[in-house]
Amino acid sequence: MLIVNAPVEKNIELDNQIYLLKIHSPEIAGKIKPGEFLNIRVSEAVHPLLRRPFSVCDVEGDYFYIMFNIYGEGTRILSQKHGGDTVDVLGPLGKGFNLKGDFDTAIIAAGGLGVAPFPYLIRKLGEQKEVHCFIGGRTHKDVILHGMKNIFIATDDGSLGYKGNVIQLLNKNLDLLKSSKVKIFACGPNAMLRALKEFTMKHKLNCEASTECAMACGFGICQGCPIESSHDPQKYFLVCKDGPVFNIADVNI
Amino acid sequence: MKTDLSVTVGPLKFRNPILLASGTVGYGNEIAQFTDLNKIGGIVTKSLSLKPRKGNPPQRIVETPAGMLNAIGLQNVGVEEFLKEKIPFLKKFDTKIICNIAASSIEEYVECTKILTGEDTIDAFEINVSCPNVKEGGLQFGNDVKAVGKITGKVKAVTKKPVIIKLSPNVSYISEFAKAVKEEGGDAVSAINTLVGTSFNIFTKKPKLQNVNGGLSGPAIRPVAVAKVLEIHRNVDIPVIGIGGIMDWKDVIEFMIAGASAVQLGTINFIDPSASLKILKDVEDYCCKMGLEKLSQMTGSYII
Repeated sequence: MLIVNAPVEKNIELDNQIYLLKIHSPEIAGKIKPGEFLNIRVSEAVHPLLRRPFSVCDVEGDYFYIMFNIYGEGTRILSQKHGGDTVDVLGPLGKGFNLKGDFDTAIIAAGGLGVAPFPYLIRKLGEQKEVHCFIGGRTHKDVILHGMKNIFIATDDGSLGYKGNVIQLLNKNLDLLKSSKVKIFACGPNAMLRALKEFTMKHKLNCEASTECAMACGFGICQGCPIESSHDPQKYFLVCKDGPVFNIADVNI
Repeated sequence: MKTDLSVTVGPLKFRNPILLASGTVGYGNEIAQFTDLNKIGGIVTKSLSLKPRKGNPPQRIVETPAGMLNAIGLQNVGVEEFLKEKIPFLKKFDTKIICNIAASSIEEYVECTKILTGEDTIDAFEINVSCPNVKEGGLQFGNDVKAVGKITGKVKAVTKKPVIIKLSPNVSYISEFAKAVKEEGGDAVSAINTLVGTSFNIFTKKPKLQNVNGGLSGPAIRPVAVAKVLEIHRNVDIPVIGIGGIMDWKDVIEFMIAGASAVQLGTINFIDPSASLKILKDVEDYCCKMGLEKLSQMTGSYII
């Protein structure tokens, strides 16, 4: 865990007001693993007060990327950063995806901005694993394909790809999911992850999900980001420290 | 000339007035990666109850203008595990360890203190009578002068270690509470705990916090905290530890001028876990510039 004042290399606006911030930090880029995150202080002012958590989206050499949309004041300020500005970055934080293990095909299941952690994961999975990406959104405007490959698309309104949600689309492709040793890597809204948990339990599929929760510190001291254990109702994990990536069977999302 | 930064709070002597507040540093292990605990005055550990507490369901944190609401609900490991699992780590540091206790009944405060008082690593107790986020205990005591006095007396009766009572700002006259603490033999008060606050999602009309109410902290509450410290200092002869939205050295000095003998850093630890040493250095520079012999001269130095 480091705190670095890192220079922004460039701010890339993708379609539909999705931003990719390329940040220079050899210390963090050299250390961070797929699924881990960064807690970023967007300004030195007392408002917005808290850091903002972002999954690492990708890593290239001494640079890492974060992906975001404008959700509130913090992301609005971030969206206006450009080359030469600096951001105060705390990281790498949390536990990321487990790339080892007995699987030969990786299925990415992402809804909306849930694609954010996957370009780096896909890069790291490299050539050894087959990768298929199931990407969903409410409409075609919410479908983000940056860094994805072998893509299946679902939209709620049918404006692009399959009409329905990502889980329904996975269900339609059960043959693919059952044809080899598959592991699903997921990120998206809680409703999607809950449905995915049910789906993967029913079909006995191995699945890791990156979860999200409002938090302050990002490393375990504020205790602000609990997620309940599936196995012990008296126990909370912390999203920041025990996650954000969990085996989907272990948590009640 | 080097300024003497040490301060005393009743029977407690700290190497400097910078302490880290309960609930913002856990049991020390995470924050120790960012700051040298041997250099600060001390740390106040996360509130302990007799048995472990699960805490409130999410959402527990909401950002507000220049502040944040929290409703953690006193999630903690309980006294037994604290002694077994957390004390060995804290033992390694040459800093004052103040153990914060929260309870649902007067008996539970007493029981926790009895169990913990035998542990040499603990230098003092801070009694939390002011948590706004639990159904039983907490504010129910914090709003009741008699209960606060009674808890102070009962806890003092079972320990020789200094007892600090952490007061709620959600009362009309905080100095009445400080007076009750003094009368029952309490060694100091810390002021303030968080202010009760609520925030709604205007689209769903639901409260953002699952607990509905939370405790407001951060720079937004600082003027309230400074006023409460001043009120206590003007009315009661008891040492005060100032808490509330300290972000930098200027805030430390302000609290001391208003009457604080020491301060606790809280919310800033979430934003910059390395802040305490920077603030300490800046306080030292200020002292040098002002030619202060002793930093403790600042306490209650207001000119009104």
